[in-house]
Amino acid sequence: MDHIDIKDLLWMYRAMKKSRYFEERIEKAYLEGKQPIFNIGAGAIPGEMHLSNGQEPSAAGIIVHLTNNDTVTATHRPHHEAIAKGVDLKKMAAEIYGKKTGLSKGKGGHMHLFDPNVKFSCGGIVGAGIPHAVGAALANKKKETTDIAVAFIGEGAANSGAFHESLNLAALWNLPFILVVEDNSWGISVAQKASTSIPSNDLRASSYGIKGYLVNDNDPIEMYKVSKEAVARARKGKGPSIIEIKTYRFLGHFQGDPELYRNKEEVPSLRAKDPINRLKEYLLKEDLSTTEEIKTLENEIYTEVDSAFEFAIQSEYPKPEEALEDVFY
Amino acid sequence: MKTIQFREAVQQAMSEEMRKDDSIYLMGEEVAEYNGAYKASKGMLDEFGPERVIDTPIAELGFSGIAIGSAMNGNRPIVEFMTFNFSLVGIDQIINNAAKLRQMSGGQFNIPIVFRGPTASAGQLGATHSQAFESWYANCPGLKVVVPSNPYDAKGLLKSAIRDDDPVIFMESEQMYGDKGEVPEEEYTIPLGVADIKREGTDVTIVSFGKIIKEAYAAADELEKEGISCEVIDLRTVRPLDHDTILKSVKKTNRLVILEEAWPFGNISTEIAYSVQMNAFDYLDAPIIKINTADTPAPYSPNLLKEWLPNSEDVVKAVKKVLYK
Repeated sequence: MDHIDIKDLLWMYRAMKKSRYFEERIEKAYLEGKQPIFNIGAGAIPGEMHLSNGQEPSAAGIIVHLTNNDTVTATHRPHHEAIAKGVDLKKMAAEIYGKKTGLSKGKGGHMHLFDPNVKFSCGGIVGAGIPHAVGAALANKKKETTDIAVAFIGEGAANSGAFHESLNLAALWNLPFILVVEDNSWGISVAQKASTSIPSNDLRASSYGIKGYLVNDNDPIEMYKVSKEAVARARKGKGPSIIEIKTYRFLGHFQGDPELYRNKEEVPSLRAKDPINRLKEYLLKEDLSTTEEIKTLENEIYTEVDSAFEFAIQSEYPKPEEALEDVFY
Repeated sequence: MKTIQFREAVQQAMSEEMRKDDSIYLMGEEVAEYNGAYKASKGMLDEFGPERVIDTPIAELGFSGIAIGSAMNGNRPIVEFMTFNFSLVGIDQIINNAAKLRQMSGGQFNIPIVFRGPTASAGQLGATHSQAFESWYANCPGLKVVVPSNPYDAKGLLKSAIRDDDPVIFMESEQMYGDKGEVPEEEYTIPLGVADIKREGTDVTIVSFGKIIKEAYAAADELEKEGISCEVIDLRTVRPLDHDTILKSVKKTNRLVILEEAWPFGNISTEIAYSVQMNAFDYLDAPIIKINTADTPAPYSPNLLKEWLPNSEDVVKAVKKVLYK
């Protein structure tokens, strides 16, 4: 146990639980106004909604090793990473509700969350965030800091040109960069096996002469351990790594996805192995925490998330003419 | 004043700005060891070293995205595309990220980046190497598009582009790098978004930009012999577009010919024609004529290419037509 810090595990539990509870609230709010007929444009939260329930270990297990000065770029399914990275929760909720008080004053939406204070960004084009993190790593190297950059992608983006071009350059220039591939088995409705020529993307690390790690079965502790090594290597100038985590997508690609492409047993069997419960059981079994301590922590999370939603709901919408702002003329 | 080549003007603008600001770097294919595919970065590797003059693999999507990521973290990159034909491989990063990040982030990020390189045809290079994408980039909110036509303008405009806090598409030409012109030895800049009246005249306004403007000068010389006085406006920046200079001139001459090397459908000329009919309809004494390339991919054979490209004869004909001569 010498290489696991108890505080880190509690931090991870908090980040994972906060993300889960935040998304449970989104899930409910998103359906408001969209029933009985599903209309993507209706309700308090219009547009597509991609939730990360089940994928929390991939974010918490590595971000626990990062500082505010380390960069994270995420995908169209960004909430668990944003929350773990410490993005302002009230402003994030308000952005998802399209309010003036949001991170981007209502111009971004849930796929476009930006918080420069904690060096977080994400985006709606699959694979596009990879070179951004490599660019951040290049800027870090130029400044001669020990700050690193982490890009999160799904397994679908690992087949894009951006993946190859970015990893080749990160390796060529020996940049402090880590690519986390969250393999949730599904690229929208296409199974990993139907899109990818190899079983896992850590194997691709050898094509770039860099380190590859594989975390199986969505294991938060294993993700923590592997990431600790990859982060330490990046900080010491030992170059980039790929970490692939086999993770779980509890929900559809988007909310409202009928999920006809996967069999009905898949989700219940994944939920039976909920990583948040597994981490909680581990903390209790190993006497690293107590039921009371966890209860207190959870209550703090509920209060914080509820007040973020209250803030978002109470906030004003931007004025229509603000649509013309934040472009150079 | 000293006479220098266009490529030297580009190199001087980059080097002068890089001496003043450590956050600026140049990145692209062949920019360092080879001194630039067209020698527009000659000597820069020696002066600034490999950390600031960076050779890349042939990976426009990757290095455009990396430049953007570094710009989000305090750098001010200059990205050279060997030609803008190849920028299409990286265009997702330019349109979806460089152009949008400021707006999508509600003003939290700005992207001080210059994407530069040659545009349009450069002799018989065939269809994939002869394209002009000024109107594509100018169509996208968030991008500025600059297309100089001589060394003096190139240097002053590029310095402004590098200092600009938003992404700038800066378009040159393989066929202009050897052009010579006088450039002051002292520091100067030219503001973006301001057109330049290259020749004053009274009978007709000819609007153009980039290397094709030389055909307008040749036409103006020819027409002068016949007593027709042409005012030639060099846009220099196509976005933001200097509508005022165009309108003022049209209100004086009452006639407008636009010369642009680009496919005719929905281009910069179209935008100008719309703006002029909207704002100076009553001043027009003839329909506006726009002269563009043929509406096909660029052909290879010399006589086909000649037919495809606009030239000074086309301009002479158009001017006579708007003058009903």
